[in-house]
Amino acid sequence: MNLLASLSPVYAEIFLLVMVSAILIADLFIANHTKTLTYLLVQLSLLGCSLITVATHQDGIAHLFNHMFVDDMMSDVLKLLVYLSVSMMLVYSRSYLLMRGLFTGEFMALALFATLGMMVMISASNFLTLYLGLELLALSQYAMVALQRDSAVATEAAMKYFILGAMASGFLLYGMSMLYGATGSLDVNRISQVIQHGAPNKTLLVFGLVFIVSGLAFKLGAVPFHMWVPDVYNGAPTAMTMFIGTAPKLAAFAFVMRILVEGMQPLMIDWSGMLMILAVLSMAVGNITAIAQTNIKRMFAYSTIAHMGFLLIGVLSGTIEGYGSSMFYAVVYVLMSLGGFGMIMLLSREGFEADNLNDFKGLNQRSPWLAFMMLLLMFSMAGVPPTVGFYAKFSVLNAAIQTGHITLVVMAVLFSLIGAFYYLRIVKLMYFDTPESHEKINIQPDSSLLISINGLAVLALGILPGTLMTVCAVSVQQSLLH
Amino acid sequence: MIFGYPLLSVVIWLPIIFGLLVLATGNDRNAHLARVIALVGAVLSFLVTLPLYTGFDRMTSAMQFVVREDWITRFNIHYHLGVDGISVLFVLLNSFFTPLVVIAGWKVIEKRVAQYMAAFLIMSGLVNGVFASLDAILFYVFWEAMLIPMFIIIGVWGGPNRVYAAVKFFLFTLLGSLLMLVALLYLHQQSGGSFEILDFHRMAMPSLSAQIFVFIAFFMAFSVKVPMFPVHTWLPDAHVEAPTGGSVVLAAIMLKVGAYGFIRFSMPIVPDASHYLAPVMIALSLIAVVYIGLVALTQADMKKLVAYSSISHMGFVTLGFFIFNPYGMEGALLQMISHGFVAGALFLCIGVLYDRVHSRQIVDYGGVANKMPVFAAFFMLFAMSNSGLPGTSGFVGEFMVIMGAVKVNFWYAFAAASTLIFGAAYTLWMYKRVIFGAVANDHVAHLHDIGTREKIVFAVLAVSVLAMGLYPLPFADIMHASVNDLLVHLATPKVLN
Repeated sequence: MNLLASLSPVYAEIFLLVMVSAILIADLFIANHTKTLTYLLVQLSLLGCSLITVATHQDGIAHLFNHMFVDDMMSDVLKLLVYLSVSMMLVYSRSYLLMRGLFTGEFMALALFATLGMMVMISASNFLTLYLGLELLALSQYAMVALQRDSAVATEAAMKYFILGAMASGFLLYGMSMLYGATGSLDVNRISQVIQHGAPNKTLLVFGLVFIVSGLAFKLGAVPFHMWVPDVYNGAPTAMTMFIGTAPKLAAFAFVMRILVEGMQPLMIDWSGMLMILAVLSMAVGNITAIAQTNIKRMFAYSTIAHMGFLLIGVLSGTIEGYGSSMFYAVVYVLMSLGGFGMIMLLSREGFEADNLNDFKGLNQRSPWLAFMMLLLMFSMAGVPPTVGFYAKFSVLNAAIQTGHITLVVMAVLFSLIGAFYYLRIVKLMYFDTPESHEKINIQPDSSLLISINGLAVLALGILPGTLMTVCAVSVQQSLLH
Repeated sequence: MIFGYPLLSVVIWLPIIFGLLVLATGNDRNAHLARVIALVGAVLSFLVTLPLYTGFDRMTSAMQFVVREDWITRFNIHYHLGVDGISVLFVLLNSFFTPLVVIAGWKVIEKRVAQYMAAFLIMSGLVNGVFASLDAILFYVFWEAMLIPMFIIIGVWGGPNRVYAAVKFFLFTLLGSLLMLVALLYLHQQSGGSFEILDFHRMAMPSLSAQIFVFIAFFMAFSVKVPMFPVHTWLPDAHVEAPTGGSVVLAAIMLKVGAYGFIRFSMPIVPDASHYLAPVMIALSLIAVVYIGLVALTQADMKKLVAYSSISHMGFVTLGFFIFNPYGMEGALLQMISHGFVAGALFLCIGVLYDRVHSRQIVDYGGVANKMPVFAAFFMLFAMSNSGLPGTSGFVGEFMVIMGAVKVNFWYAFAAASTLIFGAAYTLWMYKRVIFGAVANDHVAHLHDIGTREKIVFAVLAVSVLAMGLYPLPFADIMHASVNDLLVHLATPKVLN
């Protein structure tokens, strides 16, 4: 009994694992090709997870399994956002995948396994758990990208993703083993203590750090480790692209926090410099290359790279303020990305992918409401107020200014000006041009309702961003109080 | 909150709410309904601003009608509104123009009427927000948000090269704005965590080099909007391609926002840098006055001509600011208001011709007076005012700025006064070629004079232009205390040496 109560921080993970297994088995007996029942079960599991996470929330930091697992406010908030994002992704992609025959039980099970992986990553406080969560997420993602077996592009994307992902994992493991060699521990907090008070071999430590940062950059898709991003985003079916581009970024943020901030705060001076190079390169390459794209998924891929650069600015400021702003940035980015990819899927039809920029031509004449939602999303990505994207950039830049990184801020600002151009181009296509086809947009009630909520949320959070900002800042603060 | 309700909030949000209502009327089947709601909204929005004028205390330079609520507590950002004697005039000017723009677009705009009207109403609210904000981030939000409707207006209803113009407009302005954001964040850090503009005014900025950086960042934002000489190139493009209403709002309101930025931010926050860089600013202003005046002379396109004339007139405004004396400052502010009336009216005049002939080229006209006598009379008045005829509003501001400039340096005044010749030359020469002479071609022969709707718009503007020219006191009176305060502030160095 006592054991059961002490496990309360992992109830959500256990519940999800049980549910996925049950869904996998139950799905075998669901003959219906629309898989409505499976879908509902999946959504219910996510809802259940959120309820459990809320119910088991406790103040302070709880460690479990011999310090392998941590439950703090940051993990709870991030997990809730992951559930929300996965659930939204399922709503957006249901009809899209149904039309392509990909809405199978396996897809949903993989999505849930990936969710489980993210939860483990978010709550890990030991390199082993971190790696475990990361691989669970990554393997599910490789499989999801490869799900469309008869598409050569998707298979190629999956292959690339797998090979480069495996290499990144190798980097991470290599770095972790070096850190283990230097400090004698895999426990995040213990490593931090040893670095601070013990006398570990500095060379070995920094060498390990370089590998870890490279691995992280791979996973985040920061330049110069970004090569996989455009190909995978472009090749994968849009639903999978959406999955890769959204919730895992929250987990990746947690990953950065756990390893760099909690584990290696004393080495901040070292990793902050590395992140700065990554951030500037990402913003430069991402924003400039995005201009040349004609495929909107590819464009979003480069835009993601640029956004990750921005996100890193908050982390490299090295203040609690900065971490909080990065978390806010990640959350806002996920919200905007969901909307962006959701729009592509909404405009796609059976046998037609609306992934070319020209498919957005004259959208205002075909559907003013959808065009307006996309306008909000694009201006938000460009960081123009009164949308929430502005506050994301604002808080990150503010954190950087507070720590005196004025040159970096000016560069960030100039690159985001370049970035504004390609977001503006989509608005231009939607509003100023005439449509290429007058094919009626096949609007599904659930996903079009969701995109309205999504677009309006971008606006509403832009008008009243205070609460979400505070939640992010407070949760980061809470989790760093030792 | 003098009347027990937050007047300034109403002034900002009422047009926006009406804009959304108009948007809700949907597609062009309900075009008439959209027009009616837009007009009601615009007129109401103007009427609610009137208590700002009647209830304004002219004795004080303090902010009035203040509204202050917490907004984003984490960063100490407030929803803080208030107007002083300077900003109140621009809120009024802006709200005054919204109904005129709606009426001007009544018949002309036929596609996507609801979106057109809504864009103008929403923009009107946002511009009021810019002028009334006392919190730097609130200001920034309104400032940037205002770009979105203008971008759409130019891009959707504009001329053939509208996409290029809209994108250029947006990116030029965004570049400046982003650097301003960096400056605001820097000031936030220096002030110990405040975003209040008035705190920025009072805070110490001891190092001149830091002041200069802040000044340059602000300069990038505001000079693009004014626009000042080297960064003015977006304006003729935007004006030429924008629909009539868009040009009117651009000239009458948008340009003022940039100049307002100088007096609300640059000058009081970094007074020493302002003094230090004043020669540069004066030089750029004089280049705008003289060189752009000459450029205007060569234009074959009427809209382009008025656009260049706007740049030249705005050169007067920045000149007036940076000679740091009461004549210059008040003259510049009066010039801003007068230019709003006159440039707005001229763009409306060109719009009237364009609607009938579908050409903006001067050569396509000639002898219009024969067919449109009433129109020709109104056009004459506005053209005269544009060239600074005494008795019209155009004279007051220019005269005061020149008078202020004489006190500083005779040659400044000399160069500035050349506009009285160039301005008259390009405006009246255009007027002559378009209006006088024999009927030039079939298009002109088939012209019919302006109708009641257009007459009302022009009459309102004509009265304003004359009233301001003959009796400018009500305008000057209201800004007096605030201008004095600003000058005292400017005379107090923040750097001690």
